[in-house]
Amino acid sequence: MHEWALAESVIKTVLKVAEENSIDKVTEVRIRIGEMQQLEHDVFKSALLCLKPDELKDAEFIVEIAKTKLRCGVCNHEWLFQKEGFEEDVLESIHFLPEVSHAYIKCPICGSPDFEIIEGRGIWVESVKGVRGSDRP
Amino acid sequence: MIDPRVSIIQDRVGDINRIIAVTSGKGGVGKSLLASTLALLLARRGRSTGLFDLDFTSPSTHFILGVRETWPIEDKGIIPPLIHGLRYMSVVYYSKNRAMPLRGIEFSNAFIELFSVIKWGSLDFLIVDMPPGIGDAMLDLIRFVKRAEFLIVTTSSPLAFETVRKLISMLNELEAPILGVVENMKMEGSVVKQEVLRLGVNFLGEIPYDPVVENSLGNVCELLKTVFADSVNKIIEKME
Ligand SMILES: Nc1ncnc2c1ncn2[C@@H]1O[C@H](COP(=O)(O)OP(=O)(O)O)[C@@H](O)[C@H]1O
Ligand SMILES: [Mg+2]
Ligand SMILES: [Zn+2]
Repeated sequence: MHEWALAESVIKTVLKVAEENSIDKVTEVRIRIGEMQQLEHDVFKSALLCLKPDELKDAEFIVEIAKTKLRCGVCNHEWLFQKEGFEEDVLESIHFLPEVSHAYIKCPICGSPDFEIIEGRGIWVESVKGVRGSDRP
Repeated sequence: MIDPRVSIIQDRVGDINRIIAVTSGKGGVGKSLLASTLALLLARRGRSTGLFDLDFTSPSTHFILGVRETWPIEDKGIIPPLIHGLRYMSVVYYSKNRAMPLRGIEFSNAFIELFSVIKWGSLDFLIVDMPPGIGDAMLDLIRFVKRAEFLIVTTSSPLAFETVRKLISMLNELEAPILGVVENMKMEGSVVKQEVLRLGVNFLGEIPYDPVVENSLGNVCELLKTVFADSVNKIIEKME
């Protein structure tokens, strides 16, 4: 599963943010994942724990799932992505690459395949909290 | 808010020696056929080679290679399957044979996602088949992957070459390395070579119009026997 590959990128980003902001001890990391990505929450969290280096041992990872909102480019209708009604292999493909949904989803009102994912796509590091070093100038 | 995926892309391509993006100003000049043949011939020379179809909305390399019934392996990331000795990746694994319309930002999202989860491993060459023009794929490749060398394909037509001129000046402006220009379906009396050299760019060679190459689409063994493949073989020597 690519939960691991994404978790790896999160760890890397957190380390970078901590360094850039002179955070010595990271205590909390908030991550948002779009529902369309259908990441296995448990797999993702355990990947984060396994990959967590010593520098992040005090960090708590909070993972939130964001609803995926779509907007039709033709009639402007907005709707939420729901996985009900899709074949298993289609969901698997969308899980792998949410943009693939463009091959399978159409606007429920006008039937156009020209829609945008306006919210809840991908994965975001929302905040990195921690304590700054006191011995720095 | 930070997109964490971007930070890992350099690691994912870190063990690839050379990344060659097959580009052009126009469509239909032979990028996909050249990219596929180039990758196959490099593999046949014993180089570990990958082929990545970045033309998400009109992928064609799977058709040229005759790819069927394979699926990437998921192992803490995505491992492209070996097809005809190539590590091969395309969105057709996931979009099947359906059209996949993508606007700019969504192209970039797919691009970043794929480059951040695909584990190419150690490769001598990654050949990238690009969509035509100076668009999202080219800009994203320069911004996120950084090390790609651009191989530009043109035909002898002044119309195709006119777009190549703009492409070259844009790549120069972006400080992206240009490997050189290939003239495909070469016509007699063409001045493309002189024009390319005048722009200070490498001329990598020419490929004649091959009336039977179309018969070999989907059949790699036949493809490698064509005049087209012979010409690509000569180009490889100039690339190294
Ligand atoms: N040298 C050549 N001789 C004959 N046909 C060619 C040659 N190069 C390309 N073609 C054909 O031209 C068409 C366009 O090629 P393709 O590789 O799909 O172009 P692009 O990727 O630039 O859009 C294909 O049908 C291909 O088989
Ligand atoms: Mg093409
Ligand atoms: Zn609509």
